[in-house]
Amino acid sequence: MAYHFDFSWIPDYSGVILKGLAITVELTVVGGLVGLTLGTFCAWGRALGPNWLKPIVGAYVELIRNTPFMIQLFFIFFGLPSIGVHMNELLAANIAMVINLGAYSAEIIRAGIQATPRGQFEAGASLAMSPIQTFRHVILFPSLQRIWPALSSQVIIVMLGSAVVSQIAAEDLTFASNFIQSRTFRAFEAYLLTTVVYLALAVLLRAAMRGIGVIIFPRRRRA
Amino acid sequence: MSLIEITEVRKAFGDNEVLKGINLDVQPGEVIAIIGKSGSGKSTLLRCINGLETINAGSIAVAGAQLLPDELHLRALRLKVGMIFQQFNLFPHLTVGGNVMVSQTVVKKTGKAEAETMARKMLDRVGLGHKFDAYPDELSGGQQQRVAIARALAMEPIALLCDEITSALDPELVQEVLAVVRELAAEGMTLIMVTHEMKFARDVCSRVVFMHQGRVHEIGPPEEVFSNPQTAELKQFLGML
Repeated sequence: MAYHFDFSWIPDYSGVILKGLAITVELTVVGGLVGLTLGTFCAWGRALGPNWLKPIVGAYVELIRNTPFMIQLFFIFFGLPSIGVHMNELLAANIAMVINLGAYSAEIIRAGIQATPRGQFEAGASLAMSPIQTFRHVILFPSLQRIWPALSSQVIIVMLGSAVVSQIAAEDLTFASNFIQSRTFRAFEAYLLTTVVYLALAVLLRAAMRGIGVIIFPRRRRA
Repeated sequence: MSLIEITEVRKAFGDNEVLKGINLDVQPGEVIAIIGKSGSGKSTLLRCINGLETINAGSIAVAGAQLLPDELHLRALRLKVGMIFQQFNLFPHLTVGGNVMVSQTVVKKTGKAEAETMARKMLDRVGLGHKFDAYPDELSGGQQQRVAIARALAMEPIALLCDEITSALDPELVQEVLAVVRELAAEGMTLIMVTHEMKFARDVCSRVVFMHQGRVHEIGPPEEVFSNPQTAELKQFLGML
């Protein structure tokens, strides 16, 4: 059977595609920045924080890591309005991305913190630093450096997972491709294009994470 | 008045009592060597003095400040007593200069320029002024340990605790570190060092403490302790070397 490729629809839908791309990028950047910040705080809380905080952070992390992302998203967007918390689909998508990456990255960063030699904590303490100061100035950066490749992968996983937000009509890249194929019936081409764009995004994101690593960790890790 | 007063200090890890009532007074400017077999409690005693281990009984005071296990007292005490470790414990993500500056800017809130001046001065003192921009992993063990000394000195402590500071070094690097310590002693710094360098202890120290099974077994000027040991345990220990 001969299939005739038809990409002639692209000019008509370039606006939809670009908007979808912009939203996927926005979700990834905001989710990445805020999510990793939340993850760092939770990693600190679970590894080094006060005893009352550990079970709270633990409960959050396990709740998120043991439930589907789509259900988390639906709960925020469809569930919360029942108790009077309303938000638009983009905000709901952003919040879902942040709490999801926050939980997963917390466990990755915690591994980095707990691999720190005890002598580093003791050196900070012996210089009269408080535990928080020691964490901030001594422990944090080498810990992040240790797990940076794993953290980079997690950010990419979350970026790809953002496709799910199309289910609450957030107009991301996946939403755009669904929209296009329903209008043009060119499913093969529409999803092929989307696949290529996601692939390019993932490759770029990985390179960006590597570049950020080079900038914030001036020292290559040894052993 | 003694600079450091250690009174009836006891420390146990679980059922294992490591320090069984230690008394030791250190005068300003004294250089004390703590010697003894491994497991005799000498490192634990040193770690208790700046609160890295909490004591179970007794008291420790440095220049009148009591060692109490709360954050405020601990930090006040640690500002007076610096510590140097066997494994150097330099911060790998900071340059040599950054290592010496970080506690000044973070703890004392010293301005950056002032902290840098102090850092350069202390690095010159240990002969490493030219390594200011190097990273720790670019230095030899002896150089790293000298940076650790400069880092401790930059906080202007009144006493330094040295926990086997040459034990992790290759033999040919030991002397450059000891030379720095020797200079500090000559300048009147109060030093308490756990060491296996008996010749150094003999040359530099004002008193030698021999610890055995969690107690101060013998104490005295080096010539007495080394030339005329009173107890069988010390004789045996010195005989092993």
